[in-house]
Amino acid sequence: MGVEIQVNNLTKRFGSQTIWEDVSLTLPAGEISVMLGPSGTGKSVFLKCLIGLLKPNNGSIIIDGKDIVTIKERELYEVRKLFGVLFQDGALFGSQNLYDNIAFPLREHTKKKESEIKRIVLEKMEMTGLAGAEKKLPGEISGGMRKRAGLARALVLDPEILLFDEPDSGLDPVRTAYLNQLIVDLNAEIKATFLIVTHDIATARSVPDNIGLLYRRHLAMFGPREMLLSSNEPVVRQFLNGQRQGPIGMAEEKDAGELAAEAATGEELGKLPPIPEQLPTSDGRLRETQRKPGSWLIEHGVVPPAGSFAGLGVEGLPEAQPGQPTGWTGDEPPTRGASSHGSGSAPARPLRSRIDGAEEPKEPAPVEADGADDRTAVLPRAPRKRAARTTDGGGVDVLEDEAPAARPAAKSTAARRRGSS
Amino acid sequence: MALSPLAPVRTSGDFFAFSLDILRNLFKRPFQGAEFIQQAWFIASVTILPTALVSIPFGAVLALQVGNLTKQIGAQSFTGAVAVLGIVREASPIVTALLIAGAGGSAICADLGSRKIRDEIDAMEVLGVSPLQRLVVPRVLATMLVAFFLNGLVAVVGVIGGYFFNVILQGGTPGAYLASFTALAQLPDLYVGQLKAVIFGLIAALVASYKGLNAGGGPKGVGDAVNQSVVISFMLLFLTNFIITAIYFQVVPQKGG
Repeated sequence: MGVEIQVNNLTKRFGSQTIWEDVSLTLPAGEISVMLGPSGTGKSVFLKCLIGLLKPNNGSIIIDGKDIVTIKERELYEVRKLFGVLFQDGALFGSQNLYDNIAFPLREHTKKKESEIKRIVLEKMEMTGLAGAEKKLPGEISGGMRKRAGLARALVLDPEILLFDEPDSGLDPVRTAYLNQLIVDLNAEIKATFLIVTHDIATARSVPDNIGLLYRRHLAMFGPREMLLSSNEPVVRQFLNGQRQGPIGMAEEKDAGELAAEAATGEELGKLPPIPEQLPTSDGRLRETQRKPGSWLIEHGVVPPAGSFAGLGVEGLPEAQPGQPTGWTGDEPPTRGASSHGSGSAPARPLRSRIDGAEEPKEPAPVEADGADDRTAVLPRAPRKRAARTTDGGGVDVLEDEAPAARPAAKSTAARRRGSS
Repeated sequence: MALSPLAPVRTSGDFFAFSLDILRNLFKRPFQGAEFIQQAWFIASVTILPTALVSIPFGAVLALQVGNLTKQIGAQSFTGAVAVLGIVREASPIVTALLIAGAGGSAICADLGSRKIRDEIDAMEVLGVSPLQRLVVPRVLATMLVAFFLNGLVAVVGVIGGYFFNVILQGGTPGAYLASFTALAQLPDLYVGQLKAVIFGLIAALVASYKGLNAGGGPKGVGDAVNQSVVISFMLLFLTNFIITAIYFQVVPQKGG
């Protein structure tokens, strides 16, 4: 079972430049969270602070009862053993082949025999579809394989927390889809706490249990996926839907003049797109922390955008009344516990005050109660056609052209993908 | 970050702290023996040939310059004494410094810098392994070891070069060249030369590692780091050379003085 990460009032500055300030959130144990944000908002810096590679100027990060901002270096090395981190380009050691790279943490931290190490390494390579590429050097393989090798290395010590720094950067949509599936399957398998830092909206919309959005040097919002996807808060809405209309501009943020000009053109924001189904595991089993689709919406009486969870047969979703907008606007706070995962902090700017009003819970939110029953419930799902051919690999067959040996794993994943589409 | 007048002070302090960290990690087990041998071999392989090639003309130039002069005043038999004194005392530490900083240091800095920008260093730290103990300590020790031997190499090759030019080209007598070896030079000259070389190796490797590990801003950042590391270590090495020489002259009594 994963470990909870509690971040309180974190502030990071480089010199006089504030990267972000007053970031407070809790990454719930065992859940998949995504940290989103426009380019250059310090998402990677946030991740490096979590691992203790960068020291924040203020605030605390509590992991496993220890504040990693203040603990001694020796203890920090101990806490880091809880972590697996996938860096942007895999961060493999260029002088070692894939096998040695993946075996490195085992050789450093365990007294396992070489035969035992071999078993574990080959198992993780199989899991990430790298079987047969043991002798390759990191320079000889494609970016997608490097990422998977980095993931395999992050997995060998059975981490409680897995952090992904832009797992989808530089990958084509097909490989991104495979990697996302791998992430979801892994979460079901190892039950660790996952944090994915990305700016890929497709990933953010379908993979996580929770979404956070960094914008304008603060955390704009953090909460369950359905809360952000049905939110009408301008920044969240613009980013999660990839629109031009909204407060985020090309350079950084639009000024009042630009916003007024935009409003004058009369371009409508349009309807919120429907909330998609959360990416299921490839073998259909439920992750321990997975919530029933629509549960947050039902609990808080928020009308989802039209067409949400189409074909899933979700019952009991609030119906749209004539004249009532879909989604929640932030002006009318959901009845309880909207910030049960904690993101409220003092309003710093006008933009925030609207959200904050919504996020302060009116009554103490029972964190455990929310969703506990949902998680045990069986996920209603649309009837699926399981692909008849599971091993012959007639369709999309290879993950990476350079790795014929990766075929078996790739094939079965491909077959599963066909089955679920 | 804005440039402040305190920036150089901060950098020096950082570097000093870094050096102390290395010192502490020096005694941490397990010692990275394989990495040490590999690095020593690597540094030797990039420095030996250029060092030999630089030290031959060094000895030759000394012989040429002094040879003509001593001939005119009839002190040709002292050419050997001058060559040994110049080479063992000054030329070999300087040549060693140039090569260790220019060839060895730049290679270390480029290697660590490229690892840094590829996130390898961060990854290593996250995997719970200290890059200082794992990467920097073996490199520092290897550079010191290689510098020690390079200094010996320069002395030998330089003296042979001087002998060749004096005896073969300038018609000096072999006996006189060899006999005057100890006229001015003495054994402590060699000891202090070796000591200098080891200290140069230490400084060059520390500067290169520090600059490499603090590289940033992509491939250009690595290039800048290498450039700065070479310039800074040159300056530090020449300054150190001056200081050690000055102390040496005060402490050890000189011949013929």
